[in-house]
Amino acid sequence: MKAAAYDYARPLACDEAIALVAPTGGMGKFVSGSQSLGPMMNLRLAQPEMLVDLRGIAALRACRTEGEAVELGACITHAEIEDGKIETGTRGLMEYVAQGIAYRAVRNRGTLGGSLAHADPAADWINTMCALNAQYLVTGPTGARVIESGEWMAGAFTTALEPDEILTGVRFTRLSPTARWSYYKFNRKPGEFAEAIAVFIDDAARGVCRAVIGAIDAPPYAIDDARGLLHDADPGTSCFDAHLEAAGIEAGSYEHEVHRVALVRAAGIIRNQNGNAS
Amino acid sequence: MSDAFIMTIELVVNQATVAERVEPRTSVADFLRDQRMLCGTNIGCEQGVCGACTIEVDGVPTRSCITPAISCAGSAVRTIEGFDDDATMNELRAAFTAEHALQCGYCTPGMLMTARDIVTRLPNADDARVRLELSGNLCRCTGYVGIVRAIRRVLDARRARAAVPLAADAATA
Repeated sequence: MKAAAYDYARPLACDEAIALVAPTGGMGKFVSGSQSLGPMMNLRLAQPEMLVDLRGIAALRACRTEGEAVELGACITHAEIEDGKIETGTRGLMEYVAQGIAYRAVRNRGTLGGSLAHADPAADWINTMCALNAQYLVTGPTGARVIESGEWMAGAFTTALEPDEILTGVRFTRLSPTARWSYYKFNRKPGEFAEAIAVFIDDAARGVCRAVIGAIDAPPYAIDDARGLLHDADPGTSCFDAHLEAAGIEAGSYEHEVHRVALVRAAGIIRNQNGNAS
Repeated sequence: MSDAFIMTIELVVNQATVAERVEPRTSVADFLRDQRMLCGTNIGCEQGVCGACTIEVDGVPTRSCITPAISCAGSAVRTIEGFDDDATMNELRAAFTAEHALQCGYCTPGMLMTARDIVTRLPNADDARVRLELSGNLCRCTGYVGIVRAIRRVLDARRARAAVPLAADAATA
């Protein structure tokens, strides 16, 4: 199918973009790569009356590190991250995740911020940013604000972003040189949206041992203290099941099986690193 | 075409600068086929999954069915027709023929775009990597064995040429 008719603009600054969307009464949408919104518009699941293309705004591609903090611009593409063109400070985690997003032709155009604002629970960045406990940097008609990781997603395809606010980037603490991570995604075909995602970040030097159960029709489920899963619990024990239950996954269901396998395997990858960084 | 939102865009298509009136909702795939008569770009799923519509935008493979033409204003677009004189693409075409990598040909323009990306970007790709990279291009009749073999053939040939010492290369030039 073809998208319904809409108006289009490609401004050069955020305030200009906000001024274009603000008067549309929620019927205008910001877009960057259009690799998620494009299909939804072709299927007419989304019918915005106006698209404001953010790709002309150079500031949204800015990335910087300040001490231990890393800031990544929203309009960085998945391919740029995959190719290591951006210093992510994640010891290869984001580079690894990027190469598994959809297909190269999609990664060439799709953006970090676009994926996060789209907030598909089965997408990669939304779960990765949860694992990194990232802050979301937002700007709107009344100025800039910061949204904490746990506040970003209210539900599937729903974020804390107001219709006239732009996600300008994300900020998180870089991983220490001894940090370890694992990322396990289950899908039937490479490039599909995941049926289950599990992420571990074990950064003892920073006192962080965090895990995420993702792709669960809801915001990512964060396990703030995952030490038990990595160091104490046998993968066969109910310790894993307790977290899956808390994440709202029904015991005995197919979903429970795939999420359990993802979580156990992601934990296993860290365990098998034997104290060596990945 | 309804008149409501029509805008004029300027972009480069296969090395020629063109100015065209487009509706914002027109995908670059439809723009190329309907307004530029470049029908080598095939449309399959129209949701970015099948890869048949893959073209190059600013030098990298892009899904033309989910990318609006208007978002390509100021960009350089290259379709399969724009690769007629491209040595790597011609080598791939010959390999696709030799390895029976196409039957109906519907997926072939997109396959060739992805194949060219693989052999130029990933010179050391093994068969598993080739298959992984091809996962975004669906073929429903030939099967992938011939396609993987064709790409393998070009990868190997490029590798062999790269291994020729510079002096010998210069001597034959």
